[in-house]
Amino acid sequence: MIRQLLADFTPGLIRENPVFRLALGLCPVLAVTAAVENGFWMGMASMFVLVMSNLIISLLKSVIPARVRIPCFIVVIATFVTIVELTMQAFMPAMFRILGIFIPLIVVNCLILGRAEAFASRRPVLNSIFDGLGMGLGFTLALVAISFVREIFGTGNIVVSGTALLGGGLGFPPALVMILPPGAFLTIGVLLGLLNFATERKRSTAGQQAGQ
Amino acid sequence: MSFIAILLSGILINNFVLARFLGLCPFMGVSRKVDTAMGMSMAVIFVMTMASVITWVFMHYLLMPLDLIYLRTATFILVIASLVQFVEIVLQKVSPVLYQSLGIFLPLITTNCAVLGAAILNIQQEYTFVESVVHGIAAGLGWALAIILFAGIRERLEVADVPPSMRGLPIAYVVTGLMAVAFFGFQGLFRALFVG
Repeated sequence: MIRQLLADFTPGLIRENPVFRLALGLCPVLAVTAAVENGFWMGMASMFVLVMSNLIISLLKSVIPARVRIPCFIVVIATFVTIVELTMQAFMPAMFRILGIFIPLIVVNCLILGRAEAFASRRPVLNSIFDGLGMGLGFTLALVAISFVREIFGTGNIVVSGTALLGGGLGFPPALVMILPPGAFLTIGVLLGLLNFATERKRSTAGQQAGQ
Repeated sequence: MSFIAILLSGILINNFVLARFLGLCPFMGVSRKVDTAMGMSMAVIFVMTMASVITWVFMHYLLMPLDLIYLRTATFILVIASLVQFVEIVLQKVSPVLYQSLGIFLPLITTNCAVLGAAILNIQQEYTFVESVVHGIAAGLGWALAIILFAGIRERLEVADVPPSMRGLPIAYVVTGLMAVAFFGFQGLFRALFVG
């Protein structure tokens, strides 16, 4: 039981990471990753919607008719996105303004709809929750990783809730392009290339060891 | 705001893909060939324009008078999903060939964040009805421009000598980044043309 739950949780973190491996949910990834704080909260908001909608859709899977399942999923997802929207507007107005249009756009995040279709509508509730947690955390990890690179090289420092984490900064002038749109694309391209390289390395050394 | 300004803004200065990061999933997915990119673009422009129209009407004649603005996200996405479904049905009847060639990409327009993004931006920037329509067309044209250009480059990338770990998506992202740098040059255009 626990093993199966873990098996549903772990793929989303790295092996089937929604951003780097499944290429899902790209718009927010590139748009809000100019700062680690922004990326983190976007990840949290998306994870909340993902887990909750996985939960509800799994609960309702025997009731939702197959022909209209996509609109039904969308209604469920839109409900939780609206909850996140209103909650953020009330309790985190500054972050709400920074994340802007991409909070309501969580509703068309292909990750959430994709997991609902591929997992939550076919598997039990607890497994769906763990899948949501895994994918959500993987999504957040990807967001934070990209934000980290962009913010460090784009501004020379990481700022969380107003405090700069690196004191005096990096000591060299930052490259402004990193926190502008081109920087987002370049960062994810290079990071994905590095990830591919590391995976290939691992696979070839594992293959060599197995061959011996 | 003048219509020329809205058109230029949507297509070049605030290009939906390269500046606003909207509509990226299909942008990466449908850009392998110029033909599919063109077909998809036509569908997207049409859906975006219609969506701008219908969501604007819903917002101003239903949600605002009834003080239901918090239902905006849910209403808009349902409008878009229904619109895409409707377009599918009509296209199947009117032009089965086009319907076949678009395949799965047509229903995928529902999750194209550019469509919902355009609808929400119309409201955020408080456009009038006609301004919203123009903005919808401009956004679609901008998206189309980006994806068709990108498809052209990608067709050449297929036969280029790319390092193994960068092949496929990674180099596609980097190329998009370079396109974004190029389009960044349009940033001063607005001020130069309309203010300065």
